[in-house]
Amino acid sequence: MGSNLIDALFVFMLAAFIGFEVIRHVSPLLHTPLMSLTNALDAIAVVGAIVLVGEKKSTFATVLGVIAIIAATSNVVGGFIITDRMLRMFKTSRPAKAQGTKS
Amino acid sequence: MNPEFAGSQYVIEVIYLIASALFILSLKWMSSPATARHGILAGEIGMVLAIGGTLLRHGIIDWKWIIIALVLGSGIGVPLGMVQMTAVPQRTALSHAFGALCVTLVGSAEFYLRSPDVPKFMMSVLSMEVILGGLTFTGSLMAAGKLQEVLPQRPITFKGQNLVNFLLFAAAVGSAVYLVQHPGAKELFPFVVGISLVIGVLLVIPIGGADMPTVISLLNSYAGLSAAAMGFVLNSKLLIIAGALDGSSGFILSVIMSKAMNRSFTNVLFGAFGQVQASAAAGQEAKPVRSATPEEAAAILSAANKVVVVPGYGMAVAQAQHKVRELYDVLTKKGVDVRFAIHPVAGRMPGHMNVLLAEADIPYDRLIEMDEINGDFPQTDVALIIGANDVTNPAARTDQASPIFGMPILDVDKAHTVMVIKRGMSPGFAGIDNPLYYLDRTLMLFGDAKQFVGGIVKELGGH
Repeated sequence: MGSNLIDALFVFMLAAFIGFEVIRHVSPLLHTPLMSLTNALDAIAVVGAIVLVGEKKSTFATVLGVIAIIAATSNVVGGFIITDRMLRMFKTSRPAKAQGTKS
Repeated sequence: MNPEFAGSQYVIEVIYLIASALFILSLKWMSSPATARHGILAGEIGMVLAIGGTLLRHGIIDWKWIIIALVLGSGIGVPLGMVQMTAVPQRTALSHAFGALCVTLVGSAEFYLRSPDVPKFMMSVLSMEVILGGLTFTGSLMAAGKLQEVLPQRPITFKGQNLVNFLLFAAAVGSAVYLVQHPGAKELFPFVVGISLVIGVLLVIPIGGADMPTVISLLNSYAGLSAAAMGFVLNSKLLIIAGALDGSSGFILSVIMSKAMNRSFTNVLFGAFGQVQASAAAGQEAKPVRSATPEEAAAILSAANKVVVVPGYGMAVAQAQHKVRELYDVLTKKGVDVRFAIHPVAGRMPGHMNVLLAEADIPYDRLIEMDEINGDFPQTDVALIIGANDVTNPAARTDQASPIFGMPILDVDKAHTVMVIKRGMSPGFAGIDNPLYYLDRTLMLFGDAKQFVGGIVKELGGH
């Protein structure tokens, strides 16, 4: 448990730094789709709920787990769909040449 | 660690590793509109891999309910993905609520399965998981309700609100600390969850509509952190990574939003909520304003060389973005240079205006951020403000007594002519009078944004 915990903290720390660096470079233009995308990715919590339901340890846990899977899956599906719809709308007036004008 | 950590277990861990890498790439590709759609694909593949890998796990013996729940969830997800673009802020708030609900439920189930054998560290993160998850759940529901206008958008306040919030929070943390010491105290657990749910409601009801961008970002961050806490409980690195990415994303957005409203960093973390009710409802004597008709506005616009349009929440409310697009078309055809100035907190969530204008087919290279366009206002012939108020208020620069003093604004008052489309003279959300409206160079265009812009377009011979 002890070393697992330390490992986990290292992973958290590194992931948080990567998150900061990567997201700082996201154009403000895309802040709304960014939020809906991170929302969809965050719903990876569904994994924990799947294990909970699958292991069938108690009825109580299964009931909570089923609701949790439903909630998280709706985020995954809805989040990806709406992010895609939003990004498809972003068009430039210039012909698609070297992108990356500013940020 | 698990003694049977072998064989398929390794395969699953490798799948999780790939999924984590895909998640990071997915966010990286969001940096530019040109690559952003690859980002979605990467995210989707990562998600499918992660869920597929999980289904391979040894301990899973019951499939029926997993499948039913996945199908039901997808069934709910599709309509949630197909909402109108104007409903995106409330949809986002709702999905924060769903994410937090999932985390809270799993955390609660884990507690009852493990109690009374919960190691101290695990109990600490578990408490963090359900406290953050619980308050994010109800807080996001409140935010969604306000954005959908099911709940009043006005701040709801009562005396001693901050004290009550603090006491409740202390009670939740205190109970959690007791649980860490005595993880067998099952009867205390519902109490912790219940208080968190109440705190979520109390945190968000005092918030008014204009503060929503900060609040949504903050709730986004909390949802991510609670998922990361869940990762610690389940010892899942994949979850920790996804949660940390989401947490830092929401955090960065809330810092950007708070800067754009001139709030301090600590103010974001602890006091972003409910600070803005300092309405300076001073006795307003009726100062003279100049108003104009669509015909006059059209004449001025067609004589201009450079026009900057400043959209705000009012444009979203009036659903005027498509009419604005028609205006953009006729003016561009006449050789007028039309650009759009986007204030970071315009609208109800980060990037709200960009999405609405993109929906109306306005090319994104015409949407210019505040810092970039502010220097251009002195060379701008007409600044046309559609449904924005506080973000254009010059009092933020000059009037120390103003509640928004210090907030960065769009320098529209430096343009040669300022035109403001507005329903009436009522002050904006924050109840602050806008001196911009009384300048000699300002023309007030009273009316509904959609109709008024439509009127201008008709004059210009558009439709």
